[in-house]
Amino acid sequence: MLSLGSVGAKSTKPSFVSYVTPEEIKLEKEPPKIEKHPDLLPGEVEFCCANPILKYTQDDMSQRGIFGTLFCTNFRVTFISDEKSQEETTKTFKNKLYGENDIPLMCVDHIYGVYDEKKKLITGGLVKNKYPSKMIIHCKDLRVFQFCLTFTKEEDAKKIFQGIAHHCLEERSLKCVFAFSYSGTPKMQRKCIILDKMQRKWETILFDSPEDWTQEMKRTRANCRLVTENENFELSQRLPKYFVIPSALGDLFSYQGKGFPIWCWSHHSGCALFKASLPPVTQEDGDFQKHLDIMLNAVAHNYLYSAKTEDLSESLPTIQDIQQSYNKFKQFFLIENSTDFWLSDVKWFSSLESSGWLDIIRQCLQKAVEVVECLEKDNTNVLITEEEGTDLCCVISSLVQIMLDPYYRTLMGFQSLVQKEWVAGCHAFLDRCNHLHQKDKECHSPVFLLFLECVWQLVQQHSPAFQFSETYLTVLSDSVDVPVFSTFLFNSAHHRESVMKAESPLAQSSPLSCPTVWDWSVQFDSKAQNFFFNPLYSEKVKHEKAVRKAHKPKHQRQLSLPSTAFKPPSKKGFFKDETDSLKKILRVKRLSRWMGSPDSPAATTRGFYESWKQRPLDYHGLLLPCLDGPAVRVWMQRYLRWIPEVHIMGGGSVAVMTKLMELLSQVQDLKRVLEQRDSSQAVKLDHRPYIQHRLLSFGSSGRLSSSFPFAYSRNRSFKPIIPTGLMQSLMVTDSLASQEDEASSFVSLV
Amino acid sequence: MEESGSVDSVESLSKDVTYICPFIGPVRGSLTVTNYRLFFRCTDREPVFGLDLPLGALSRAEKIGAATSRGDVSYGLVCKDMRNLRFVHKELEDSLKKSAFEVLMKFAFPVSNNMSLFAFEYKQVFPENGWKVYDPLAEYKRQGLPNESWRISKVNDHYELCDSYPAALFVPVTITDEELRRVFSFRAKGRIPVLSWIHPESQAAVVRASQPMVGQNGRRCKEDEKLLQAIMDANAQSHKLFIFDARPSVNAAANKMKGGGYESEDAYQNAELVFLDIHNIHVMRESLRKLKEVVYPNIEESHWLSNLESTHWLEHIKLILAGALRIADKVESGKTSVVVHCSDGWDRTPQLTSLALIMLDSHYRTIRGFQILLEKEWLSFGHRFQQRVGHGDRNHTDADRSPIFLQFIDCVWQMTRQFPAAFEFNEYFLITILDHLYSCLFGTFLCNSEQQRLKEEVPKRTVSLWSFVNSQLEEFVNPLYVHYPSHVLFPTVGIRHLQLWVTYYIRWNPRMRPQEPVHQRYKELLAKRAELQKRVEELQREAANRTASSSSERAGSPTRSITPVQTFV
Repeated sequence: MLSLGSVGAKSTKPSFVSYVTPEEIKLEKEPPKIEKHPDLLPGEVEFCCANPILKYTQDDMSQRGIFGTLFCTNFRVTFISDEKSQEETTKTFKNKLYGENDIPLMCVDHIYGVYDEKKKLITGGLVKNKYPSKMIIHCKDLRVFQFCLTFTKEEDAKKIFQGIAHHCLEERSLKCVFAFSYSGTPKMQRKCIILDKMQRKWETILFDSPEDWTQEMKRTRANCRLVTENENFELSQRLPKYFVIPSALGDLFSYQGKGFPIWCWSHHSGCALFKASLPPVTQEDGDFQKHLDIMLNAVAHNYLYSAKTEDLSESLPTIQDIQQSYNKFKQFFLIENSTDFWLSDVKWFSSLESSGWLDIIRQCLQKAVEVVECLEKDNTNVLITEEEGTDLCCVISSLVQIMLDPYYRTLMGFQSLVQKEWVAGCHAFLDRCNHLHQKDKECHSPVFLLFLECVWQLVQQHSPAFQFSETYLTVLSDSVDVPVFSTFLFNSAHHRESVMKAESPLAQSSPLSCPTVWDWSVQFDSKAQNFFFNPLYSEKVKHEKAVRKAHKPKHQRQLSLPSTAFKPPSKKGFFKDETDSLKKILRVKRLSRWMGSPDSPAATTRGFYESWKQRPLDYHGLLLPCLDGPAVRVWMQRYLRWIPEVHIMGGGSVAVMTKLMELLSQVQDLKRVLEQRDSSQAVKLDHRPYIQHRLLSFGSSGRLSSSFPFAYSRNRSFKPIIPTGLMQSLMVTDSLASQEDEASSFVSLV
Repeated sequence: MEESGSVDSVESLSKDVTYICPFIGPVRGSLTVTNYRLFFRCTDREPVFGLDLPLGALSRAEKIGAATSRGDVSYGLVCKDMRNLRFVHKELEDSLKKSAFEVLMKFAFPVSNNMSLFAFEYKQVFPENGWKVYDPLAEYKRQGLPNESWRISKVNDHYELCDSYPAALFVPVTITDEELRRVFSFRAKGRIPVLSWIHPESQAAVVRASQPMVGQNGRRCKEDEKLLQAIMDANAQSHKLFIFDARPSVNAAANKMKGGGYESEDAYQNAELVFLDIHNIHVMRESLRKLKEVVYPNIEESHWLSNLESTHWLEHIKLILAGALRIADKVESGKTSVVVHCSDGWDRTPQLTSLALIMLDSHYRTIRGFQILLEKEWLSFGHRFQQRVGHGDRNHTDADRSPIFLQFIDCVWQMTRQFPAAFEFNEYFLITILDHLYSCLFGTFLCNSEQQRLKEEVPKRTVSLWSFVNSQLEEFVNPLYVHYPSHVLFPTVGIRHLQLWVTYYIRWNPRMRPQEPVHQRYKELLAKRAELQKRVEELQREAANRTASSSSERAGSPTRSITPVQTFV
């Protein structure tokens, strides 16, 4: 312990915490310099460091902390305690790339400096002048770090502050992102290529080859056409390399510059969901109308000549709204001390509401339910449009597929869906996540996070339907800002391809190969990956051969008549001039639906939800979310995991999950024993230890904190957290408050 | 109620009644009123829609509007269990026959009609007698009492000193009965400081009382001071005593005007007084009324959160839990004895003590332990159930009514949410208790005190709720329960971790009904494990038989390596 002296010895928590105030420390002798360096990843380079730096412990608002060295590398800001940390080694859920005191540069959200007791947001301008006494780092994964810079030498403090501010805040070019230095090393290249091949065999489908798309069309029995003409991005750089369109669409090159209706998924009835980019054009624009009609026509031809379309940019919040709302929302969780916490606790619900974040989640889920209703109940084709066609279109189409197709509720299915709709589907991750700290604020927006939030709502409402756990979603949301994976680094397939080619060390022979985020072994060992699986998942009965073929042609919860009841030919005969009438119906349909309709969409889907709810629940069938006020919740694990005030020692969902996992492993072990018995005819079995316990080493499992497996509370003594300032919370101005408790005398009984 | 089927008698049957359901619209059917319940069965709908309501749950019933020209009568029923019902039917032509509404008024409010509550008619026999669940002496014995510091006093044996206290009182050995008598006159309603629970290791005690009658002149009572000192001395580990006054300090001070007040630091040297800022019964009643407005029948989606906040219901829950947490912390971490009181010590005090006891003592987290806790802290120490609930009383505006007990159960539910494996009982157990708090089917929650219950011979003439519950325990067991004997629970009281109890307050809304609880899946797993275990054992036996002749290799049966996890199903 650096603080030395008798004070430290008396403390009840001798391992980390210094009970001395910084002022006291100054008087004591200079702490000895210990040379410590972080274990660098391949390609990681140290920029600067400073020692001693005091890292405040979050547990309270006092001046307590740990002394250590602060480093800035091309990958992260890292703090290494002068103390030996035992905790790291005992963790069962350790990220191999970064630990609890590491902040990947991409993960830094804001930096604040405290200058003479005043907290200021650090922007480019402030960096030049003087360095603050205290540096506060807010991370995108909602951790808050506070470092005191006053103990180290002035030039070191200045250097580390400027270094961190420079690397975390300044605009930079994509090629400076750590992923390229990491994967660029020859060793990693070889590894990545091997991994890549392995992955292809039987894991997440990346949708970067024509086969993947053909397979997917086969799986969903789609009757559409695969487009390979964009292989070299000749049609458009904003379009995926391969994509699928309605087979009725004619010559692609004649529509150049305009959007295509891109196939997302086919319902078993034959109708399908399409998405398209559609620039906002005035109503009078005839050319635009014509193009829209062509698109709709093509979509309608897919099945039964029916189509509905909706411009999502008109009915859902814009990406700027989403960004603004999230900015407000996240502030409630970036808590620097206990006083702040209890103060903000008072107006918790109204603050939440004013951020509008939960409402945006609800609107997206609501819209997805509307689309599901069209597909499932009305069996109409649906075309959703949006200016770019790669933001809310991705959110809605992915949600629709999760609700309708149980395959996407498995871990691999979900990952494939993200690949299909988001990665191969050209969501502009680089701009939306602002990985490069661009000044242009217009294009930043946590759209992908919004999608994960919506999925989380579904997971918490219908847990047994999902193979993956909430921990998986939390980890995935964190991984977006880990600059090691190529998955979330680019704006489009074209962007990815050109950058990968340019950055490859072997530029001539093959493009650079980066690990995808789906290779979880890069971040977690297999034990930790156990936490990604939901022990409550009700697996489908084994009879079906492949998990991927989860789609059943016979839907139990089909609400409308079976599709065979209407045969296209009968309709054909009905109309004399087919194309003319078709246009008419399309117009009618288009005008009479969704946003155009006088009924609020919520009211119309209400009936759909209720009739679904009356049927017995089938976790492998259609899944709809409840959207009433109390049902849409805050993703507690993601947002509250770092706040010690809300950690429940020995409680939380961890308590249930550990028990379930224990039980599940027992069941599996017993099954294994039986299988062994069966195969070996139960003769010589008594020699073998058959039952292998995969019990996860939870230690004393009853005493884990609810923040497990993320934050490890140092609060080992199980002290309760007593709120402060309670009275401020409840100003009952009523006269009732001052009334006497007893109003009358006894009431006679019986 | 299935179990009442044999006993309650049909008093009125009306056909062609319309129930105006706020969720699915008007439904037609028949309405039956018995002396215990109201039963509506819909005839024109698939699936059949039924409504079953014990009349005890009615808070208020009134006709709405005048009879229309078509002769329709419409009446609304306001229920204590967070719903309102509305029926419309034709006025009877036969004026001699009593209308369904009159019958309803008669049997819903028997006390106002000088009749007895249905609990006194109900004679169902259960295998277990729930009145035997709580034996005060056995419970204190479990805590290791009496011991060298605490004795039982018979001073209130016939309830003559305090009619709202139980007969058995535990007090420090150093205080004589004579001294106690003087204390009785100094504490409001004679509710003197007596022991509620003692820590098995540190001997720190939880003591409950009512406010001292200090008044404006700062009256003192040396026996009371001696008693508190004795309580402190009974715990050798600490030289301090914490007095928790549940009220906001302003209210406590205002009570001085009416002769009450709080302990002054001059008079009680080693005691530290802490106010817990919990509001009175009227504030709580108002808060629940607002909550009902927000959740029933429909929830306004866009302002749900701010509407919920404006009820303050969860903030009250937070304050109560925070208070109990501070008490538990002082006893457990500080090893200090505590005295808890509010004004009369029968509303906020049992909320706080029983919650603190649940945090401190895992016994109270079992099904039977929880029953004992309710019998002890709430029933024997005289929480005024009759007044607070208003059993069978038509005076719905009575200012003595207040959802104090509901609030406590809500707090317990919050704890079960935070510690899903720490409680032996499930949510259905808590809801059942609340339903029968109002139903008047069982005698458990009748009357205001132990003395009244004995006078009315409630244990002899009625059935206990625990008879019913303990005869079908499997319904109420939490399959996730793990028994950790000495675990203290410190819940998080931040409002971020408190939730509205949707499955209770919004249970009438069909949209909010959960489809399948986690427990269901867990039960399936348990059943599966049991089945597999059985098969493994069978095979083992088979194998053992086969190798019996040749074997000397008994390395131990394989099943032994399975860690036994309690199987409750």
